[in-house]
This record gives sequence, C-alpha cells and structure tokens, in this order.
Amino acid sequence: MSIIVFSENRSEKIKKSSLEAVAYATNISKNTQQAVVSVSIGNVPNEELEILAKYGASKIISINAPEWQTHDSQAYAKLLNEITEKENASTIIFTNSNIGKAVAPRLSVRLKAALVSGIVSIPSSYSPLTLKRKSYNGGAFQNVQVKSPKAVLTLNPNSCEVVENPQAVNIENYTPNTPTNFQTKIESTDVTSGKIVLTEASIVVSGGRGLKSGDNWKPLEELADALGAGLACSRPVSDEGWRSHEEHVGQTGKIIAPDLYLAVGISGAIQHIGGVSASKVIVAIDRDKDAPIFKYADYGIVGDAFEVLPRLIESVKKFKNI
Amino acid sequence: MKILVCISNVPDTTTKIKFDDGMKSLDTNGVQWVINPWDEFALTRALEIKEQSSGKIEKVSVINVGPVSTEPTIRKALAIGADDAFRIDCEPSDSYTIATQIAEVAKNENYDIIFAGIESSDCNSSAVGSMVAEFMDIASVSSVSSFEFNNSDITLKREIDGGKETVKIQTPFVAIVQKGICINPRIPAMRGIMMARTKPIKVSSPVSTEALSEALSFEVPPPKADCKMIDAENTDELIELLHSEAKVL
Ligand SMILES: Cc1cc2nc3c(=O)[nH]c(=O)nc-3n(C[C@H](O)[C@H](O)[C@H](O)COP(=O)(O)OP(=O)(O)OC[C@H]3O[C@@H](n4cnc5c(N)ncnc54)[C@H](O)[C@@H]3O)c2cc1C
Repeated sequence: MSIIVFSENRSEKIKKSSLEAVAYATNISKNTQQAVVSVSIGNVPNEELEILAKYGASKIISINAPEWQTHDSQAYAKLLNEITEKENASTIIFTNSNIGKAVAPRLSVRLKAALVSGIVSIPSSYSPLTLKRKSYNGGAFQNVQVKSPKAVLTLNPNSCEVVENPQAVNIENYTPNTPTNFQTKIESTDVTSGKIVLTEASIVVSGGRGLKSGDNWKPLEELADALGAGLACSRPVSDEGWRSHEEHVGQTGKIIAPDLYLAVGISGAIQHIGGVSASKVIVAIDRDKDAPIFKYADYGIVGDAFEVLPRLIESVKKFKNI
Repeated sequence: MKILVCISNVPDTTTKIKFDDGMKSLDTNGVQWVINPWDEFALTRALEIKEQSSGKIEKVSVINVGPVSTEPTIRKALAIGADDAFRIDCEPSDSYTIATQIAEVAKNENYDIIFAGIESSDCNSSAVGSMVAEFMDIASVSSVSSFEFNNSDITLKREIDGGKETVKIQTPFVAIVQKGICINPRIPAMRGIMMARTKPIKVSSPVSTEALSEALSFEVPPPKADCKMIDAENTDELIELLHSEAKVL
C-alpha cells in the first residue's frame, strides 16, 4: 500500500506547503508501513523534484506533458484516480489550496473514500485514521474518524513539522492514460509576478479601516517591503475599493496562517479573526486599547498608526541592517 | 436554462461557539441561523444573471439538505428572490451524504448550472459543490470570483496562486464561488418576504447513502495568553521580542 501526495509547484519550485504534505505522509507511513509517492504535474526540473525525496517520498511521479499543465478539476480527479490504482494507495493527501479544494472532493467521490479537509495536526490515531480539522472558522476543532477503506485528506498550513527523511531519488516520468479533453478552457491568466502570494507568505502585514483611506497605504507597503511580507486588508477596506479584493482576509476572504500576522487599524471582528487565527504570532497596532484585536494578539501597541508605523519601519530596517 | 443554488443553514457568524452533549454537538441555545455567507453571494449572482439573461435563464431554485427547522432559512432565500426550493428531509451528516442528495435532485430535474459556496461557515469543508459535480459526472470550476453570462456564453474567473484565470465553460457544470462573485449580497425586501410565503418548498425523502466519516467530538482552542503590551515609543522592543522570544523574525 502507499500514500500519495499531490505536490504543487509555482515558477518551477515545489511549494513549502507541499513539503509539509510529504512530511505529513511520512508521519503516517512510519506508523502504517506504507510507501510515500509524490505526484507532480508541470515543468519542474529534476533537481527540484529531488527535494520531495529529501522529505520522505520514495517515488516521485512526474507528469510534464504540456496538456496537463492547465487545471481541470474533473480531469485531475480522474488522473489521481488512475494513479491511486496504479500505486495501490490507501491515502491521498493534498494541501487545502485552491487546487486541493477543487480536486480532493471529486477524488473522494470517485474512490468512495472519506474526505477530511482542513486538517490541523498529525493523526491522533492511525487505525482507524482519526484526524483533527478546523471548523467554525477556527472557533473550534473537530475530531473525525475515517470509516472507509481509503481516505482523501487536505492539510492546512502548519499541520505538521517539516522534517527531513531522505530517500533514494526515484523519479518516474509518467504519461497518463486519462484523456485530456478538458471541459474548462483557459482564456487567459493574469498573475501579478513578483508579488508575495498571501496564502504562502510567512509574514503578512494587514491594514484596516483605521488607516482611513487607500491613499494612506504607503507606510504599510514600506513596512511589508522591509519585512519581506505579503499585504492584506480587512473586508471594509476592499469593499471601499481602497485595496483589491485579493488582499481581503477573513472568513469571507482569504484564510491565511503565516508565522507572523501584523494587524494595523483592524478592530478584530470575529469574521476577520476567522481568517487569521491560525497565524503563529499576531501583533496588533490600534489606537483603541479596548479593541477586540488585543484579545487575539500576542503582542500589542496602543497608538496612532501614522505615528507608530514610521518608527516601526525604522526599527525593522535597523534590525535587518537595511 | 435553470440554475440550482445550494443553501446551507449555518449559525450567524457572530455566534459564540459552544458545545454540549459531551462536546459532540453545537449548543444551539440562542443561535441565530442564517444562509451561509458564500451561498448568499452565489444566490445573489444567480439572480443577477437571470435578470440580465433576457429570459434565457427561466428560473433560480435553491436546495437545502436539512430537517424542517431549516425552513426559515429557505424562506429567506425565497424572499431574496429564488423562484422555488427543495428541501431534502434529513439531518445532514458528512459532505458525501449531503452531496449525494443534491446531485440526485440536480440530475433528475435537469439543472444546467449549479452554484455552491466555497465552504460553509460551520463545517469549513470546501467539499459539497465539487462532490455534486463528481456524482453527476460534469465539470466544476472552483474558487470562482466572477461569473458572466452573455447570450448563453459563459465566462468565469477563478482564483489561482497570486492571480486569476479566465475560463470558458459549457453547461452543465458546477460553479463553486467565493468572495468577489457579487458586490453585496441581496437582503430580502418587504415585497419579497410577502411573495416568499406562497412560493413552493418541495420536501422529499433522502435517497439511501452512507457516511464515509464520523464526527467524534469537538474541541475549543485553548484560551490565548494575555497580549503583551509594548509602549508605542518602543518599536525596537517589539522587533526584539519577535526575534528572540516569538522567533518569527
Ligand atoms: C457575514 C460577514 C462576513 C464578514 N467577513 C469578513 C471578513 O472576511 N474579513 C473582515 O475583515 N471582515 C469581515 N466582516 C466584517 C467585520 O464584521 C468587520 O466589520 C470588519 O472586519 C471591520 O474591519 P476593520 O477592523 O478594518 O474596521 P473597524 O472595525 O472600523 O476598525 C477600525 C479600527 O481601527 C482603529 N483605528 C482608527 N484610527 C486609527 C489610527 N489612526 N491608528 C490606529 N488605529 C486606528 C480603531 O480603533 C478600530 O479598532 C464580515 C461581516 C459579516 C457580517
């Protein structure tokens, strides 16, 4: 039996979240004596694929035919079904990303395998497989037991420590039998290059209505630059058109889990917290000492954003020697 | 053409989440129930494109899998403007069983476009929409943040890492939507509320299926330690703490 990890890449690099998924699979494999097989779709150089072996994949199935490089959820589910059969897999692991959310549920139906999504920690039992997952937007966790012979899992960020577990490199270039008559036709792709992707950023700097206007974002941008951070905002900020919807985090926006989330002029409404509560450390800057955000924050500064931000930028620059 | 919008009945997002029955189920005392926010976005957009379709889209229906207690939420969807509703009369268990019921109706009633939200605000599973598509063996597009219907020509935008992709698709398919799909969710007006009273809710029994997973219990996150306050003048100290204590810099 084996455990399959669907690994994702961007700009020819394996994503950190996918290394976490391989480490997670390795954890299960050690407790259940199964092999870890990683599947990679796209043009990823072999040296990069080898990283998957370093974290525990004893086999890497690489599919780099150009027709598979655009994503069609239905076809991807069929493809993973094909690989599940080929590798006699018991468990298929995705990250809880756009693609994971689109493909894992379809695969679960095809395989009649339980779907457990948004997993936050390593299994509490391996037989039967029992997992802890996020629910109520982070307000609670749910313990779920798998009842089917196979299982499809999606992992939230930081669900598992990334530890090395080097395996001999074994890359199989694979040509799928699944047809590529995709129903979804991609017309165009609009990717802002160079920008830090919010859902992958390890530091996120975020602004709320307290910044008063979209014209006041300069200091926040400068802080993000100095920290190498992604930029986010609260919902009213994107509703007002001060910032683009892509930056909106919270229950109805993006859900993020960076190491450091720095909220400026954000009151800390429950719906906002729902999208950021999985962050390792939260810092809040707000002029109202009673703002709810301080109940969720680890570190806080009470003060006017426009006075604190320039000082903070200086402190960061000093710390980083820039 | 006909559109079906999946509606989940969830606690208001400001609900203080508590559990009873040995941490097995939500304590529903005092809980206000609402349409899942993403489903509300989906319903709003479905109604907008119906109105702009010059009659090409004849109706927008909603479906909920749930006991009779969910009917106020279904009525709200009708008051917002849905033409009719289905309720599959059972306690929802896992996503698999819910999707089984929805796919059955969507197939039998020949819906062309099915809308679902990217997740429900209680379960956060991100599962039902894509599962419905797989049960029906039709296409699905997830993370949809824009939906244009022009003379039966359909153009969607979906979120990808760091950007968006524009996608063309033919019916039938499932659109799994997120923020951005509509500007503001519609709220019921008085006239809508009056009209909703006479709109049909078709109640049917579930088809047989079995859950693939079992929810054992809930846990609440441990209370957070107090926030360490730092003087507004002393941003150096904050950076030092983030570096040496929190170890995130
Ligand atoms: C169904 C639903 C879903 C929602 N989803 C989301 C979501 O996904 N994300 C989200 O963010 N919200 C969401 N909301 C909205 C949420 O309830 C809050 O309204 C919103 O988060 C508030 O944004 P804010 O903190 O930026 O603004 P406010 O609540 O107005 O807070 C502004 C803060 O800035 C502070 N401030 C003002 N001036 C200064 C200054 N000069 N310096 C420093 N501090 C200053 C104030 O003290 C205050 O704490 C949702 C609401 C509903 C009903």
